Amino acid sequence: MSDRISVAKTYKLYIGGKFPRSESGRVYPVTDPKGKFLANAAHASRKDVRDAVVAARKAFGGWSGATAYNRGQVLYRVAEMLEGRRDQFIAEVISSEGLSPKKAESTVDAAIDRWVWYAGWTDKIASVLGAANPVAGPYFSFTVPEPTGVVGVLAPQQSSLLGLVSVLAPVLATGSTAVVVSSAERPLPAITLSEVLATSDLPGGVANILTGRAAELGTWLATHGDVNALDPTGAAPADRPGLARDAAGTVKRVLTVPDAEPDWTAAPDLTRIRRYLEAKTVWHPLGI
Amino acid sequence: MGIFEYAPAPESRAIANLKDHYRPFINGEFVDGSGEPLKTINPATEEVLAEVGTASVSDVDTAVKAARKAYNTVWSKMPGSERAKYLFRIARLIQERSRELAVLESLDNGKPIKESRDSDVPTAAAHFFYHAGWADKLDYAGYGPNPRPLGVAGQIIPWNFPLLMLAWKIAPALATGNTVVLKPAETTPLTALVFAEICQQAELPPGVVNILPGAGDIGASLVEHSDVDKIAFTGSTDVGKLIQRQVAGTAKKLTLELGGKAANVVFDDAPLDQAIEGIVNGIFFNQGHVCCAGSRLLVQESVAAEVLEKLQYRVSTLRIGDPLDKNTDIGAINSAEQLAKIQGLVESGDAEGAERWTSPCPVPDRGFFFAPTVFANVQQSMRIAREEIFGPVLSVLTFRTPEEAVAKANNTPYGLSAGIWTEKGSRILWMANQLRAGVVWANTFNRFDPAAPFGGYQESGFGREGGRTGLEAYLNV
Repeated sequence: MSDRISVAKTYKLYIGGKFPRSESGRVYPVTDPKGKFLANAAHASRKDVRDAVVAARKAFGGWSGATAYNRGQVLYRVAEMLEGRRDQFIAEVISSEGLSPKKAESTVDAAIDRWVWYAGWTDKIASVLGAANPVAGPYFSFTVPEPTGVVGVLAPQQSSLLGLVSVLAPVLATGSTAVVVSSAERPLPAITLSEVLATSDLPGGVANILTGRAAELGTWLATHGDVNALDPTGAAPADRPGLARDAAGTVKRVLTVPDAEPDWTAAPDLTRIRRYLEAKTVWHPLGI
Repeated sequence: MGIFEYAPAPESRAIANLKDHYRPFINGEFVDGSGEPLKTINPATEEVLAEVGTASVSDVDTAVKAARKAYNTVWSKMPGSERAKYLFRIARLIQERSRELAVLESLDNGKPIKESRDSDVPTAAAHFFYHAGWADKLDYAGYGPNPRPLGVAGQIIPWNFPLLMLAWKIAPALATGNTVVLKPAETTPLTALVFAEICQQAELPPGVVNILPGAGDIGASLVEHSDVDKIAFTGSTDVGKLIQRQVAGTAKKLTLELGGKAANVVFDDAPLDQAIEGIVNGIFFNQGHVCCAGSRLLVQESVAAEVLEKLQYRVSTLRIGDPLDKNTDIGAINSAEQLAKIQGLVESGDAEGAERWTSPCPVPDRGFFFAPTVFANVQQSMRIAREEIFGPVLSVLTFRTPEEAVAKANNTPYGLSAGIWTEKGSRILWMANQLRAGVVWANTFNRFDPAAPFGGYQESGFGREGGRTGLEAYLNV
């Protein structure tokens, strides 16, 4: 160990492709599981949520309108950048979650692989979930899955990177855009992930990551009129019914999630992707 | 009057086999409900058609218990290939009794016999036939091997397509192995109770289907019931939001098919005569009591005057009157309450400065009727451009560019359906891509098929009915 004084990082929010501080000026201290100070994280406010939703809505047209091949390449580029920061993520997962180096390594590897898995789905979703409909009449009818829109994601509180990747990547793979509230106590890998996203050709606003409290910010996402779906994974089980009631005000799609955090190392399936899709059926007459 | 004179051609009311009394159907039997009986009326004459026993909260519990027992002991254990045969039987029985069902539907609902006969009832049979085939093929539906049913489904349906909405709900639920408790709308319970007879004739095991007539409170107690695993609702967005709130925080799976304010977009290159037919069908089919009705006509400015003129001419030839008359184009508004709602919104259109035109067609003295109405010079901020009228009232707006058409079409919290009229193929596909709606009809409108998924974006609800996609609503996936 050298005696050199390291350059400490100021951890900020990620909104619209930029790294602002919270407009509220609030921060909160982040510690490791033993209570050692790691950093001050920006403590996002309702206004930050609203700014992030505006950014996500603005980005939706471009991201959902991009070709599936293009989205796949951008998301794969994210995995490439994740791989390049592998050591940094391992260190942050160790300090955030208190994992052994070996366990942290396998967790980060699983997160990178998870991202690659979802990246590969972008240009297969429509052929797997869409259909040509054999209707009883002289019409051509087909059904295509389309992205739901802006998704509010309360990321898992425990699994600071693998869990976060597992809930964010499916949103982006469908062509939806996201406003994510990271784990409150373990936000540092989320902030580093936003630095990865910012350098991966992902258009600004497609993914927005806020550090703060799900209990405080969840309700602003659930009641926001321009949010189309809500993943309440990171909310306390006792808070989820209230969020679901709030979400009903604009008929949001609300994910059903287990009380306790699932085992994020389990192989994913299409469930999360399906939750962020709307089937669109198009009809046209046949004739000469 | 118009070019053609028509002699009356009424379908015989006797075909409906109308009875004086109808009763709830629980556990395979017709039983006396302990709710206050209701009188269902013919909206075309305001005469009482029959007295219908309704369910009370305790009947809801009895029906849910029957459905649970049928689920646990019979239906969930039965191989899909056997379930399929019950559904095929039901499809055939609907076809066999189609004339009776059509006349009864027109009597109770007020819709023209040509629609109940040619659309509602055959499509209802088709839904059972289609889903019957899925019952033993669910492994191939794309949800992984052996997808499981949810259990007991509580289903609440509206009055605009009483039998068809029942079919949309019950057919996929049974095919996937669920049992159901269904509440038909308060004003249109009759065909659902004839359907219950069909279940008996099909020898469907008791408790697999239960039908509970009643008002909104019975629907609410069904939604609240702790032993219901799934709620499927079709109706207004306001009630849908209440149900979503009620279900929040429970393990119940929910699908909602709610209101709409569909844009029907007509470009200047569209075949106008064909488009006029589509516009008329889009808004005047079923008196406009259609959640996916093309209630906002967006016309390209260069052809707006011509379209409006042709439209008024065509609409003035529509005949409004006796739903049982085979020549009737527009039947009765389903209830006095709905008629008042339509009148209120039309008055708001007048007050907000839209230009109203109403067909000069003769309107019957008795019954709930509303002459086809077209508003021109409608602005996006007007209530008649934003709120679902659910009646024979069309709001006409204009646009100049395709981009403007898209912006206006998508300027709504709803997102159920949309229409496009143009001869240019690339523009159809571009528009279809841009419109945020679950169903897009291009150079046609109001087409429905059990093989084609139907459902909304945004505040028009979530979940789909029909097709492989529709099975998800009733599977634990």
